Amino acid sequence: MKTAARKGLVQALGFLGLRAAMGLVLAVLALFLYDIGRKGGGAISWEFLSQAPRRGMTEGGIFPAIVGTFLVTLITAVLAVPLGMSAAIYLHEYAAPSRLTRLLRLSIRNLSGVPSIVYGLFGVILFVNLMRLGTSILAAGLTLGLMTLPWTITASEEALKTIPLSYREGAMALGATKWQTIRTNVLPYAVPGMLTGTVLGLARAAGETAPILFTGAAFYLPFLPKSLSDQFMALPYHLYIMATQHHAIQQVRPLAYGTALVLIALVLGLNMGAVVLRYRLRRKQR
Amino acid sequence: MKKIATIALAALALFGGLLPAAPARKMIQIKGSDTMVNLVQILAEEYMGRTPGAAIAVSGGGSGTGITGLINQTCDLANSSREWKSKEIDQAWEKGVSPRFFVVAVDGLSIVVNEKNPLEKLTVAQVGALYRGDVKSWKAVGGPDQAVSLYGRQSNSGTYVFMQEFVLGNKNFSADMKEMNGNAQIIEGIIQDEGAVGYVGVGYLHDQTGRIRKGLKVLEISKEPGGPGFLPTDKAAVDSGAYPISRPLYMATNGKPKADVARFLAWIVGPEGQAIVEREGFFTVGEGPYKAANDKSFK
Amino acid sequence: MKKKRRDLEEAAIRAFFSACGVLAVLALAGIFLTLLVTAVPAFREIKPAEFLLSKTWDPTSPEKAEYGILSMVMSTLMVTGGAMLLAVPIGIAVAAYLSDVAHWRVREILKPVVEILAGIPSVVIGFLGLVLVGPALAKVFHTGNGLNAVNGSVLLAIMALPTIISISEDSLNAVPRAISEASLALGGSRWQTLLRVKLPAGLSGVIAATMLGMGRAIGETMTVLMATGNARAFPHGLLDSVRTMTSGIAIELGEVPYYTTHYYALFAIGLVLFVITFAVNLVADVVLRRYQEREQ
Repeated sequence: MKTAARKGLVQALGFLGLRAAMGLVLAVLALFLYDIGRKGGGAISWEFLSQAPRRGMTEGGIFPAIVGTFLVTLITAVLAVPLGMSAAIYLHEYAAPSRLTRLLRLSIRNLSGVPSIVYGLFGVILFVNLMRLGTSILAAGLTLGLMTLPWTITASEEALKTIPLSYREGAMALGATKWQTIRTNVLPYAVPGMLTGTVLGLARAAGETAPILFTGAAFYLPFLPKSLSDQFMALPYHLYIMATQHHAIQQVRPLAYGTALVLIALVLGLNMGAVVLRYRLRRKQR
Repeated sequence: MKKIATIALAALALFGGLLPAAPARKMIQIKGSDTMVNLVQILAEEYMGRTPGAAIAVSGGGSGTGITGLINQTCDLANSSREWKSKEIDQAWEKGVSPRFFVVAVDGLSIVVNEKNPLEKLTVAQVGALYRGDVKSWKAVGGPDQAVSLYGRQSNSGTYVFMQEFVLGNKNFSADMKEMNGNAQIIEGIIQDEGAVGYVGVGYLHDQTGRIRKGLKVLEISKEPGGPGFLPTDKAAVDSGAYPISRPLYMATNGKPKADVARFLAWIVGPEGQAIVEREGFFTVGEGPYKAANDKSFK
Repeated sequence: MKKKRRDLEEAAIRAFFSACGVLAVLALAGIFLTLLVTAVPAFREIKPAEFLLSKTWDPTSPEKAEYGILSMVMSTLMVTGGAMLLAVPIGIAVAAYLSDVAHWRVREILKPVVEILAGIPSVVIGFLGLVLVGPALAKVFHTGNGLNAVNGSVLLAIMALPTIISISEDSLNAVPRAISEASLALGGSRWQTLLRVKLPAGLSGVIAATMLGMGRAIGETMTVLMATGNARAFPHGLLDSVRTMTSGIAIELGEVPYYTTHYYALFAIGLVLFVITFAVNLVADVVLRRYQEREQ
């Protein structure tokens, strides 16, 4: 028979264990961020952010990689955002609920769990080879866009789901057509939520390396990509080669850390932007 | 939201203007050997500094990647630290590509171990035994009683293929070999691992001050057991062939090189380029058979 | 007249959205089909039994080209298994902490903090594995280097944790209050309630969380590529250097001449990966949805 005191002791120990687990996870996160922040912070300077690499990439900066990541994420957004949001609108507002649509939704949701390297394979065969785009920023952007598509569709659908049916019914009762209903009574409320999910998906795409490894990322380019068929430098790929392929990896270790810091800042910045957006619009809807 | 986007685009446009303007000509694309990638990238950088209007992009990926790139016509120059296999030459001809080869530098493939390893010398056969996995302890080759920790490259590496052909006798590599992404990673691994052995290009041995990297030991290699051993840093030994595992480093073009590519190649094998080759720790092409072959390829 | 024009507009807009839906679905279905079509030619030269059961992967061998993926499959299972061993207990514990122990204000702060961990790109985690975690593990286990399965497992555990924590916490919170309150009313402590009532009630959610985390670990590429050493041998222990299926593709895709058996074989590996991760995610999803429906 457990006495009250013993129950109390067991609970105290149990909860201590749980607290320890939380502490462990926080400690790991803090360690990672601290390590990158400290060692990368030393490499960050205006020069680092605004100049191209020099002297066999042992000096200079990562400007082309920053621009490359920005541009390829833009292409990703152009493919994934309108198509994803529209497909979600179709699935949720227009398509009659049936086994087929449920199966479709299931498939789309699970496609976001497929490994990024498999999307890379697909990008090589479809965009680089069959569509003859070659290794280019367009091929890489399309590959990343395809990878982000399941995510944007799912996130947009989740946002649409939060709009109560009464919003739609109210408009239709007043004689509005389907599109008018969607345009005035659903989209204005859903779009912020759709955008939040989308931005999170784009943040993930910006940090991905595997899909762009064989579809367009380059080791060293002296100039920014001037057309869609040019190759490009990108932050995640730059970090990868600075850490593994560079001829003086110990010498350029600080530059690698700096690249990691910039990449994390970019991705977390986008994430935080999405969270702030979600917080703001939750308050507005209340 | 719109304001931020406008500012971002404006900033981008401003910076775009600060970087050198893109030339009217297409960029020369170079892909291939990791052993050569940094050398070629530095050559490209210096050449572009001296030649206004030149535009050269350099990628790595291993010799295999460069060869594939030339065959698939996705690059203008393919760096390789090995000769093309006859299978690859056949494939090229099938696709309408006629490869032409230029020797741009010479490499003494170096066998390196951790500095704590007491060994000084190995024969080519012993190195082969280590890398085939026939031998798993350093004791068997005269070293301490410690497990051998193999470091090498991946199969797309020309160095990998060269080692396989000339040192392993065309047999399989040990499946226990850790396959790194580049020369520098091998060196980093060896510095930390006491039982390690690795193979790298001679241009990777030295640090910025010109001395052998701290933590590394370069082994002397001899052709026969009991014969004299030579270091890969010994230029005379490499040139004369006394150092048994030296190799030329190639750049291949599709047929006769076009004007701008030919100019770049000519500069590389000329005095200025070769001075840079030497500065980066590799060996020059010299005045012998390699130079003669190059001259023929230019025509 | 106005109505007719409006009807036309409506139909056009509906057609547009339908087209988008169809296009999106086609694109995504196309991935599976393309993989399938590109993988099949590999089996003209490779026997399927050899592909799945042989331990030797050496397509460029001068002796005999071999295409066995068993070692890579084993490596994937090993790092994933190790990752789950670490991530599941810790993840559930953290989820329990957030749902049952933490003050709601603390929870509001810590949940987004855990999400930060999820946001770190895999190449950065791989980089940290190379420069921070690997050398530390080498010291702990007295090996010469940290490029092995343990390093991979630790890193993958870190990457899977946010998924496991988030979904487990959701399912613990979804346990009806009535059930937990009944337990407390009967004299159980909060700890006993958590352990014997809430966790069993939320078990399917926790299982789903684990499977999603596992799916993430199986499919991870850059982290294992940078941190596990990439040896092709069949792994015998956690301290061996391993090469997962994802690394195997990433290493060789760049150099393979297009449309050769080697090329097709890489797509075959991709197909295997696709099937495994899709299946794992599907099962988790079905479990999760069924559980959510049941609770409503």
